[in-house]
Amino acid sequence: MEWDWAFVWQIMPTLLEGLKITIIATVLGAIVAAVFGMVLAIARRSSNRLVSRSVGFAADFIRGTPLLVQLYFIFYVLPDIGIRLSPLTAGVIGLGIHYGTYAAEVYRAGIDNVPRGQWEAARAANLSMRQSWIHVVLPQAIPPMIPALANYFIAMFKETPLLSAITVLELMNQAKSIANSNYRYIEPITMVGVFFLVISLISVVALRWLEERYARVDER
Amino acid sequence: MPSPIIRIDTITKAYGPLTVLDGLSMEVMPGEKLALIGPSGSGKTTILRILMTLEKINGGHIEVEGQQLYHMEKAGGLVDADERHLQKMREKIGMVFQHFNLFPHKCVLDNITLAPMLTKGVARAVAEKRAMELLEMVGMADKAKSMPAQLSGGQKQRVAIARALALSPKIMLFDEVTSALDPELVEEVLNVMRKLAAETDMTMLLVTHEMGFAHDFADRVLFFDRGKIVEQGKPDDIFRNPKQERTQAFLRKIIAAGHRV
Repeated sequence: MEWDWAFVWQIMPTLLEGLKITIIATVLGAIVAAVFGMVLAIARRSSNRLVSRSVGFAADFIRGTPLLVQLYFIFYVLPDIGIRLSPLTAGVIGLGIHYGTYAAEVYRAGIDNVPRGQWEAARAANLSMRQSWIHVVLPQAIPPMIPALANYFIAMFKETPLLSAITVLELMNQAKSIANSNYRYIEPITMVGVFFLVISLISVVALRWLEERYARVDER
Repeated sequence: MPSPIIRIDTITKAYGPLTVLDGLSMEVMPGEKLALIGPSGSGKTTILRILMTLEKINGGHIEVEGQQLYHMEKAGGLVDADERHLQKMREKIGMVFQHFNLFPHKCVLDNITLAPMLTKGVARAVAEKRAMELLEMVGMADKAKSMPAQLSGGQKQRVAIARALALSPKIMLFDEVTSALDPELVEEVLNVMRKLAAETDMTMLLVTHEMGFAHDFADRVLFFDRGKIVEQGKPDDIFRNPKQERTQAFLRKIIAAGHRV
C-alpha cells in the first residue's frame, strides 16, 4: 500500500468541511455542558432534599452510561415520542448533557473550596444571596476550575467521532465516506488522526498555560 | 433613661444535641462597649454570630433598635423573618472576624467599596472617598491598591475593620479579632479599636481573650460559662473582685497562661 499525496490533496476540502463540523460540535457542546453543569451543581446544593437527591441520581445515571448509547437514544428513540432533532443538534445535546455532569463535579468542588468565612463576610457586608454568588464566591471558585474544565473540553473534542454514529457529517464521518467510496482507508483515516493530534497538542499547550495562570491557590 | 439598642430575650441555640445557649437574656444600651469573656465553648462567639444573623436561633426573641431581628409582625402575630427583613436589619450591624475574611480577589480599596456600592447604591467616587478616609483612620491609606495576600495579619484586620465601618453600622461586633495574629501585630489592631471607641458613639460588642484590653476598653464585662452569663459588672469589679467562683477560676487560669490583666 502506497501513500498517495495527490489523493490527500484531493480529499482535503471534504475533510476540512468535516473538521469544521467537529469544531462546531465541540464548541457548542462545551457551552451546553458549561451551562447545564452549572444548573446541576446549583440544584445539587439545594436545601430541598428531593431536588438535590434526584439531581444527584440523574447525574450518576448519565455518567454511568456510555455516551454512544445516549446519542442513539436522543437521535433514534426520542422521535418515537415526537421529538425530532437534526443530527448536529442531537449530538450537541448529547455531548453537552454527558460532559455537563462532569463539569458539575468540577463546579461543586470549586464552590466547596471557597471558605465558609467568605460567605459569612458577604453576609456581614449585607450582600444578597445573588450578590454573594456573583461578587464574592464565583470569582474565587472559577479560576481554579479552569484547568479541569479545559481537560474535559479536550476529552470531549476527542469523543466527537462518536457523532458519526448518528449521521453527523463531522471529520470521522467524512473520512469514512471518502474511504468507502474510494476503497482507500490509509490517507483519510491517517489525516483524521493527524487533525486530532494537531488540535490536541495545541490544546495541551493552552491547557499548560491555563494551569500556570489559574491553578495556583492564592493565600486566603 | 434611653431604651436598649439590643434586647435579647431568653434565646436558645443548639447544634444538634449540643445546647450552646440556654434561655439567655441580656440588654445593651446605645453606645455601650461590652466585653464578652469566658472559656471557649461558652457561647460568647455564638451570640455575636446570632446578632449578625449568621446562625438561626431555636427559641426566644431579639430586638435591635426596638425592631424584631428574627421575626416580623404579620397579621397581628410574629412570624419568622424573611430574607428581606433580615437584610434591612443587617444594615444596623457590622462584624469583624477572627480570620479577617477579606475578599482575596479584590484589592484593599475594592474590599471596602464593594458593599456600599452594591447594597446602598453609593456611587464609586463617593464610596472610594469614604473608603480612603477609613483607610486613613486605620493607618492603611498607602495600601489601598494592595491585594490582601500582600498584607500582614494585623494589616488585614485593620482593613477588615475599615470594611465593616464603611456601611456605617450602629453596632459593631468584634469576634476575637486579635486571636489569629502574631503577638507583635496585636497592638496595632487594638490601637485602631481604642481610637474607634474614643471617636465614635457606636455600640460595640467584643469577644476577646485580651483581658488587659477588655479592662481598658469595656464599660461592662460579661463572663460567660456554658451558655449562661455567670457574672457581669464594671471591668474593675470583674477583674479585681470577681464574686463567682467560676469567674475566679477562669481568671486564675488566664493569668497563669501569661495574659496580663
